[in-house]
Amino acid sequence: MSVLVNKDTRVLVQGITGKEGSFHAAACKAYGTQVVAGVTPGKGGEECEGIPVFNTVEAAVVQTNADVALIFVPPPFAADAIMESAQAGVPLIICITEGIPVLDMMRVKRFLAGKPVRLIGPNCPGIITPGECKIGIMPGFIHKKGSVGVVSRSGTLTYEAVWQLTELGLGQSTCIGIGGDPVNGTHFVDVLELFEKDGQTEAIVLIGEIGGDAEETAAAYIKAHVSKPVVAFIAGMTAPPGRRMGHAGAIISGGKGTAADKMTALEAAGVTVVKNPALIGEAIAKRLKK
Amino acid sequence: MNIHEYQAKALFAKYQIPVPKGSVAFSKEEAVSVAESLGSPVAVVKAQIHAGGRGKAGGVKLAKGKSEVLPIADEILGKILVTPQTGPEGKEVKKLLVEEGLDIKKELYLSLVADRGTASVAIIASTEGGMEIEEVAETHPEKIIRESIDPVFGFQAYQGRAVAFKMGLPKEVIGQWVKLLANLYRLFVDKSATQIEINPLIITGDLRLVALDAKVGFDDNALFRSPDLSELRDLDEEDPLETRAAQHGLNYIKLDGTIGCMVNGAGLAMSTMDVIKLAGGEPANFLDVGGGASKETVKQAFQILLDDPNVKGVFVNIFGGIVRCERIAGGILDAAKEVALTVPLVVRLQGTNAEEARQLLAASDLKLTVADTLWDGAQKIVAEVGK
Repeated sequence: MSVLVNKDTRVLVQGITGKEGSFHAAACKAYGTQVVAGVTPGKGGEECEGIPVFNTVEAAVVQTNADVALIFVPPPFAADAIMESAQAGVPLIICITEGIPVLDMMRVKRFLAGKPVRLIGPNCPGIITPGECKIGIMPGFIHKKGSVGVVSRSGTLTYEAVWQLTELGLGQSTCIGIGGDPVNGTHFVDVLELFEKDGQTEAIVLIGEIGGDAEETAAAYIKAHVSKPVVAFIAGMTAPPGRRMGHAGAIISGGKGTAADKMTALEAAGVTVVKNPALIGEAIAKRLKK
Repeated sequence: MNIHEYQAKALFAKYQIPVPKGSVAFSKEEAVSVAESLGSPVAVVKAQIHAGGRGKAGGVKLAKGKSEVLPIADEILGKILVTPQTGPEGKEVKKLLVEEGLDIKKELYLSLVADRGTASVAIIASTEGGMEIEEVAETHPEKIIRESIDPVFGFQAYQGRAVAFKMGLPKEVIGQWVKLLANLYRLFVDKSATQIEINPLIITGDLRLVALDAKVGFDDNALFRSPDLSELRDLDEEDPLETRAAQHGLNYIKLDGTIGCMVNGAGLAMSTMDVIKLAGGEPANFLDVGGGASKETVKQAFQILLDDPNVKGVFVNIFGGIVRCERIAGGILDAAKEVALTVPLVVRLQGTNAEEARQLLAASDLKLTVADTLWDGAQKIVAEVGK
């Protein structure tokens, strides 16, 4: 088993008629994902990349039984798009959009509270279960089916780690990008719990970065609840304090959120922390041999 | 985006948050005429730069009597202030804020901050005003009072009272305190701030609350909602290369090292800096060319990297996903034709169409070193620069 998504997952794409939306809807479909619907208000009844387009998420869900929403809606309207899918009862919402105002995300979190919905992202590459389905913007071909679960706050850095694993013949169960924003839907601990329970996953790669305390919380969770080997890398060892390093959430503020603190916390929890991101694959190989 | 104290105080005034009487001055003569208009025996002259720690660096001075304003203004204007937040090169003072002096009975700390942990705006308050809040958190954590504001219902008066009574504020100021917090939260939400800090917020001898300082940061992602804020932007306070990069949709942060890096994706860009350091070099910058990098953006990125006089070598590290490697390679070749590339160049391209890209680079007469992996690339550029 993989986590969250598999070959039976039925995806609807919000913002499918936009440049990004149509390109990636087609790429996901080409990978073998069941992309069953698109949503663009005012374009209902049309088709895009051979996928039927609906005016509302509700209509798309009723017609196609979609159970995952993939969002490419521009930042000013993305919060609204997430809430629309949540209200329509879509259980898993993956938001790729980068640049959503933080106050919007706070209202979204409040809207989602108590609803049976999981949000992944925003500002993330999405989620892929190699060989079964790809729901996001990652290049499918670098992945390989296998037993390593990958969870990350980054995009291209995740591809780097996955590529190292694949080159070493180590496949992945599911790879999840939780996104680089300060307020996001799913945290490291949520994914760690899923990987710990998943029979297919034998080892876990955790890729964090400076800012916030999600890695410290993950370390405490690993110590208490995770029996599988975990390898971690934290980006931003050389980042200056007080500057936002690309991601809205990647900032050392008031001396808090440094890479060193996060590495110490993870090491204390028995995690293999690699300082060199080029060695993530090798570290997993070593932990799996033991 | 950050703004100056005098701009933040003007915003405060619009939102009925009490601030001292005062005005901005761009020359010493203006400073004197502002001081004269205040009708107060004592004036405070404050350097206006974006960095904190101005007081200790000599950027805030008290003028006892109007005759002292001129020499003080003359001293501070044009001075290079070096504070822990400016970096060693410091910041030139180009404007002053001249304000009335007030009778300070007690200094408090108050801020509103977009708190990632609780996904809400948090009130952070302390009776230990005038000190850095990080220091208070370290030495007297019990003196920091926190309260989260529900993003849907907004600030409620009882929350203000709860914080005030926990702090032990005199009952005469509690009504003002609650009103001040309500107005501050209204400003926070109206203008999509990420942080508003008042340190110190004072209680005067006649029991009035006044914001003696004001620091406001806005959410760059929400600036489209408040076009009026763009007028408050001070390009003097930003690095010119960073401003230029932003105009081309590039995310660039200048650092002090000698190895320029060009990377796609923020996480990989940070890791590339880390790997350069591990290999024994120092990164000259953070640069994320983004997910949709074109030939044109690569060319612009190259020019920005090479306009940094410290750069002695360039490392291009691209993991092609949506970005196709051969497009990046094309951009590198184009850029090399236009800008005289005098420093060593190491290129590592992996992912989508990496093979085509490598062939493209190999077929050109451009002098460069190709690397296979991230680590290989970092070692090669450090070795080249060290030669």
